[in-house]
Amino acid sequence: MAPGAASVRDTDWDGVRLHVVTGKGGTGKTTVAAALALALAGQGRRVLLAEVEGRQGISQTFDVAPLASIEARIAHAAQGGEVFGLSVDAKAALLEYLHMYYKLGRAGGLLEKFGAIDFATTIAPGVRDVLLIGKVYEAVRRRKEHRAKGPGAARAYDAVVLDAPPTGRVARFLNVNHEVADLARVGPIRSQADSITAMLKSPQTVVHVVTLLEEMPVQETVDAIAELRAVGMPVGGVVVNQVRETILTPKALKTAARSAISREDVAADLSRVKVRATDAIVDGLLAEARDHAERVALEHEAAKVIADLRRPTYRLPSLSEGVDANGIRELADTLVAQGMA
Amino acid sequence: MAPVLDIDALIGDPQTRVVVCCGAGGVGKTTVAAALGLRAAESGRRVVVLTIDPARRLAQSLGVTTLDNTPRPVLSIDVAQGGSLDAMMLDMKRTFDEVVMAHAAPDKAEQILANPFYQAVSSSFAGTQEYMAMEKLGQLRLEADRNPDHPRWDLIVVDTPPSRSALDFLDAPKRLGSFLDGRFIRILAAPAKVGGRAYLKVFTTGVNIVTTAMTRLLGGQMLTDVQTFVAALDTMFGGFRERADHTYALLSDSATRFIVVAAPERDALREAAYFVDRLDEEGMPLAGLVVNRVYRVSAPGLSAARALAAAEELDDIENGSTSNGSSKGSSGVSESTAITQALLRLHAVQAEIAGRHQSLAKRFIAGHPGIPTVEVPAASQDIHDLVGLRAVGEALAGQ
Repeated sequence: MAPGAASVRDTDWDGVRLHVVTGKGGTGKTTVAAALALALAGQGRRVLLAEVEGRQGISQTFDVAPLASIEARIAHAAQGGEVFGLSVDAKAALLEYLHMYYKLGRAGGLLEKFGAIDFATTIAPGVRDVLLIGKVYEAVRRRKEHRAKGPGAARAYDAVVLDAPPTGRVARFLNVNHEVADLARVGPIRSQADSITAMLKSPQTVVHVVTLLEEMPVQETVDAIAELRAVGMPVGGVVVNQVRETILTPKALKTAARSAISREDVAADLSRVKVRATDAIVDGLLAEARDHAERVALEHEAAKVIADLRRPTYRLPSLSEGVDANGIRELADTLVAQGMA
Repeated sequence: MAPVLDIDALIGDPQTRVVVCCGAGGVGKTTVAAALGLRAAESGRRVVVLTIDPARRLAQSLGVTTLDNTPRPVLSIDVAQGGSLDAMMLDMKRTFDEVVMAHAAPDKAEQILANPFYQAVSSSFAGTQEYMAMEKLGQLRLEADRNPDHPRWDLIVVDTPPSRSALDFLDAPKRLGSFLDGRFIRILAAPAKVGGRAYLKVFTTGVNIVTTAMTRLLGGQMLTDVQTFVAALDTMFGGFRERADHTYALLSDSATRFIVVAAPERDALREAAYFVDRLDEEGMPLAGLVVNRVYRVSAPGLSAARALAAAEELDDIENGSTSNGSSKGSSGVSESTAITQALLRLHAVQAEIAGRHQSLAKRFIAGHPGIPTVEVPAASQDIHDLVGLRAVGEALAGQ
């Protein structure tokens, strides 16, 4: 989509209300999730950005105070848009859930006292994931006014972005139904898992994968997409992060890769501008060019693998100053220009 | 100036029996562990490397392509110094099964292994991987020392799981231990026992409320499964706790050394700072910090600013001198000079990245004075063979 042609409804993911963002560790998945939230919040919308691993990655990215299990505004976007942040805590989610559906009162306190809450949130397998996603599910469905119901009632959030676990664990994390299937065959945990699964597999949800143009992250992206498809999760786009500009022309790259750049020409040019053309500097520059050519060739291979996935692909530049709150805005604008939000 | 982490002294010291590599996900921890193991083996030690979840090609380079929980020899290493290298990949479920079989009576063991709750716990309980990695370390240590005259291994290198929260593996044994000892688990176990226990009477009302609530929440079936599981596990509580304590003691042992691996990025270094502080708090022996994938330029004698200025000056000279006879590109610059300019601009960009890495590493070191540190330069491609691992090993040793 051409930059500047974006209207309110004209993006690649119209109708999606939950954007799940995953990626290999170190690919910048939190950064991308943050940029996407900010991008979605443009044009005056309200967006929730949630993390589930208690890493405080969101607050560090936006340079705000650590997030709690209460939603807090962390950024403003264009035309009055707002991004809220939430660090989902399994324990708080369980207590809230118990309070909402069971009005447990004294039993709630006792559960806590006897260690049942710890048990359910850290030890009982699958239950933890159901609780974490359950909180996100609740936020996606929440209405602005407490008692408002029906399709006409305004949503509390226009979109929710989930900074999900890394690629290696994401399919299992999202496949909550399977996780609890053998354990809780009936009962509220089971029906909660069923409703969550229905939403996750609906057109309201997409799972985006963040990668770098390197072999391992790309391989994990391919694997994760296959795993997500196998469990019936809707695969969204691929975000290629930290793309560095190619400084050498294709021709120069080829010459560099063959180590065929003329040493003498480079040395002569350097002398013309009074750079000391020592062997160390000339050889160093040539070595850098060769390494660069090698890396560009590998990146090219990686890009081919990504193209073969045939998913909408977005490219984010490597920010020379590192990622801070301003950098996130720059990345958000890039995502908007490329039609992701 | 921070002291230098002397890797060769560390792996050359026969007192060093265990090296634990920890760090955030994506910093190249497994690569560092493998390179360290290879270097130690080629310098004459009998090494086993325990990896948790290696990238496919790295695993292939070590010859561990199957997740079968068995140490296998890494072939084609240099054995001139009399060393050896085995590598293995952790199979979390199988390790757990082995623990159960080692500690429970055969009929009980069978009952536990067949229990759906156990099956879920052993494959997905948050922390199982961490606990089982440490359990495996304990097993390898025992195996290594079985025959003191001819130890199978004299150095164990462990790659820790990419934990959600930094040092989960330190907490895992304790957490599992306290879970098994916990009041709640006793309550769950109680109804499954004939007669129960006297002290439970005091809690009866509370217990009923709790179990009723749990039944409402989880469904009756799950509670029954949990109760059966806990009752069966009850017989091996002692063994579990003992092992957890033993593993923890092993980690703080003088024969163990921790290496924190980080990448020169803000987040990875922040995580590394947390690791360093936490290890210190726990009294765990930290050997030092490896800053992995530090970008370096090949022509450090030329600054980024000077390179950029030189590229521009070349523009001025070429565009000014019309008498130049060589072939010219569209910008009026000869082809060969255009290449020189590109080299200078490329150098400027890379020198800037290198400078940023340096200042990030420096800031960390300033904040943690006295921690021995070594930097490993970034390779232009992924490491996937012994040659690549050997090069990382050399870099680790400061060569």
